[in-house]
Amino acid sequence: MIINHPILGPRDSSEFVYLGDACLINRPDWQAEDALEQFIDYGHTRDNPAGLHRELWYHEQGDRSWLVVTRNTVTHEITQVELARDVARAEGRSK
Amino acid sequence: MRYSGFRVIKEALTGHRGWGPAWRDPDPQPAYDYVVIGGGGHGLATAYYLAKEFKQSRIAVLEKGWIGGGNVGRNTTIVRSNYLLDGNEPFYEFSLKLWEGLEQDLNYNAMMSQRGIINLMHSDAQRDAYIRRGNAMILNGADAQLLDQKQVLEKYPFLNVKNARFPVMGGLLQARAGTARHDAVAWGYARAADQRGVDIIQNCEVTGFRIEGGRVQGVETTRGYIGAEKVGVCVAGSSSRVMAYAGMRLPIESHVLQAFVSEGLKPVLPGVITFGAGHFYCSQSDKGGLVFGGNIDGYNSYASRGNLPMVEDVMEEAIAMFPMLGRARLLRSWGGIMDMSMDGTPIIDKTHIDGLYFNGGWCYGGFKATPASGFVYAHLLATDTPHDTATAFRLDRFHTGHMVDEKGVGNQPNLH
Repeated sequence: MIINHPILGPRDSSEFVYLGDACLINRPDWQAEDALEQFIDYGHTRDNPAGLHRELWYHEQGDRSWLVVTRNTVTHEITQVELARDVARAEGRSK
Repeated sequence: MRYSGFRVIKEALTGHRGWGPAWRDPDPQPAYDYVVIGGGGHGLATAYYLAKEFKQSRIAVLEKGWIGGGNVGRNTTIVRSNYLLDGNEPFYEFSLKLWEGLEQDLNYNAMMSQRGIINLMHSDAQRDAYIRRGNAMILNGADAQLLDQKQVLEKYPFLNVKNARFPVMGGLLQARAGTARHDAVAWGYARAADQRGVDIIQNCEVTGFRIEGGRVQGVETTRGYIGAEKVGVCVAGSSSRVMAYAGMRLPIESHVLQAFVSEGLKPVLPGVITFGAGHFYCSQSDKGGLVFGGNIDGYNSYASRGNLPMVEDVMEEAIAMFPMLGRARLLRSWGGIMDMSMDGTPIIDKTHIDGLYFNGGWCYGGFKATPASGFVYAHLLATDTPHDTATAFRLDRFHTGHMVDEKGVGNQPNLH
């Protein structure tokens, strides 16, 4: 698989480390009433779709950026690559 | 029809006209007591033990495609019980004991061959870990033997034991481990279950559950609605997709694991052997091909094929272990979809919906577990209590903190 890095251009996926579902960006609020349930869910439960999947890849053998890659888990086709920083900020995260 | 040596001779003398189909091809009934979803090794074994050990009747196995067409037909056929943790080892040892009597029990030649497995060790720390694991195995009634370098070389004289980075210091041997003919396991269970009245319904994909008042009533399928008292889901690889029909999200990611087979060679590998400095396992099939594999590719996938970086990685490990394989040609490679659970351990449990049960999360260790998985799942379905050897495989263990993490890498499925 080739990941089209937004800054560096097309790079082989073997340069990257895979973390998992991009929902991991949205860490639950530890002060919420149901924080325990939310964190158990955050740590362990996944949608695991067959089809489009937004997921976190880390460019360990490159610029060490975190990317949000939209990839089809049935065909391995990659349709969108974003910097995870941009995704997190667009969702209202400050850092 | 019982299979036997006399039968083979009789059929040979009469032109093989007496063989019939090994199982029926029934149409689904309107309702069953038990519906098992998934006609793989585990599902067929579950139906068989429900009928045989727990004397239940009106059982159906629903299969989307043809039976044995999933992971039971695409694994590396290794059977073993060399686990460390108390939650695992009694279960896998129970499974190995069932393997030992499987062919007589099923009246089917599953080509079970107890040729032994050796896990190679390459450092002092690894030797300590293997001693600990071997002792845990012995405490749970399994067999284990620590081999030094000389003993390993007696069995595998061609091993590159003086490798500068990964010298082979010895290995952990489980002599009762071995291999079995994977397809024959599915066919043997199917035939034996069918003889006990189980309806095996192929080309019947489940498209939904009918759930009323917190209780499952039956399943919607491509061949119509089928009512059921109890529904056992047994579809490792597609668990998240099927359980989503019941509104459940699972602690599972689906990943692709590749396996490989070389061209047929003369006998070189007497048993199963694994590389301790990486993740590589190899045995030789009765046809002569070396059957081997390594790690999962490492990203979520439902495609039954992998990518080249992992192919290269596995080949490097093969050559590091057996430099002589450099001239052997690779014949085939293929991929299968694994239910990678969050702690690397399977789940066999009830769900919060009455009458709906779940069996999955086998990571890439499901084949060796086939008999025990079927037995304990049948126990759970029939009695509503977990079998003694399967009390740790709970669905709620991530809530209670009772994870069974054999490898100790935490909730990162692609590292198990």
